[in-house]
Amino acid sequence: MVHLTADEKAAVTALWGKVNVDEVGGEALGRLLVVYPWTQRFFDSFGDLSSPDAVMGNAKVKAHGKKVLNSFSDGLKNLDNLKGTFAKLSELHCDKLHVDPENFKLLGNVLVCVLAHHFGKQFTPQGQGAFQKVVAGVANALAHKYH
Amino acid sequence: MVLSPADKTNIKTTWDKLGGHAGEYGGEALERTFTSFPTTKTYFPHFDLSPGSAQVKAHGKKVADALTTAVAHLDDLPKALSTLSDLHAYKLRVDPVNFKLLSHCLLVTLACHHPAEFTPAVHASLDKFFSTVSTVLTSKYR
Repeated sequence: MVHLTADEKAAVTALWGKVNVDEVGGEALGRLLVVYPWTQRFFDSFGDLSSPDAVMGNAKVKAHGKKVLNSFSDGLKNLDNLKGTFAKLSELHCDKLHVDPENFKLLGNVLVCVLAHHFGKQFTPQGQGAFQKVVAGVANALAHKYH
Repeated sequence: MVLSPADKTNIKTTWDKLGGHAGEYGGEALERTFTSFPTTKTYFPHFDLSPGSAQVKAHGKKVADALTTAVAHLDDLPKALSTLSDLHAYKLRVDPVNFKLLSHCLLVTLACHHPAEFTPAVHASLDKFFSTVSTVLTSKYR
């Protein structure tokens, strides 16, 4: 369970309200594939991932990033029950997608970098701290049903 | 993992553009590390870790200066960082997991202050740089 203080919840809500979830999703997934190229192993069907420009411009990456981040966004509305919220997705990632949960941590940290990139000084240490708790919580929830 | 010629160019170019703020960013990265990952504070019981701490700023400058040295010696990091490597192995003994946490916060700090430089390719090169430095600093641990 994620334990955010009232201030942290407010910081997360305020910042997330300003996020273009669709765009940030594509950016975060794209950067994951560029910065940690071994994560491309899950995306053989995505076409050209041969250079940073190819990855960032790839329509399938953008579409999938959008899907992933909209799901993450749902998590933000249910911080008190992340494990419940992501139970089905956890099973899917284990049984069908076979994704090592380490990847959820990598994506979470890339997302934090993207938020820092977008918000600059507004992304204060306290705001980052709150988000780190959230991405860790989501990563744990997605790993929870693994067996 | 090896730094390619393109990585080295990205790292040097970006570091040059920090415009003398590297020390300040070192302090901010430490502050972010302590705030986001409270377990890292266990290595600094002797420090005042409150916001704006002079000790944290000074230590951040120390870290940044070491990174600046590293940037100037990308072709020979083990030699350039040998003394620091000894220090971390025999005296400080900071658990290796913590280097990833500080490295992440260094990336976040640079992303905040230099959005134009922080392209995906540069992000990748910097991540590799911090990872390489971390490996050198923990290379004599056992």
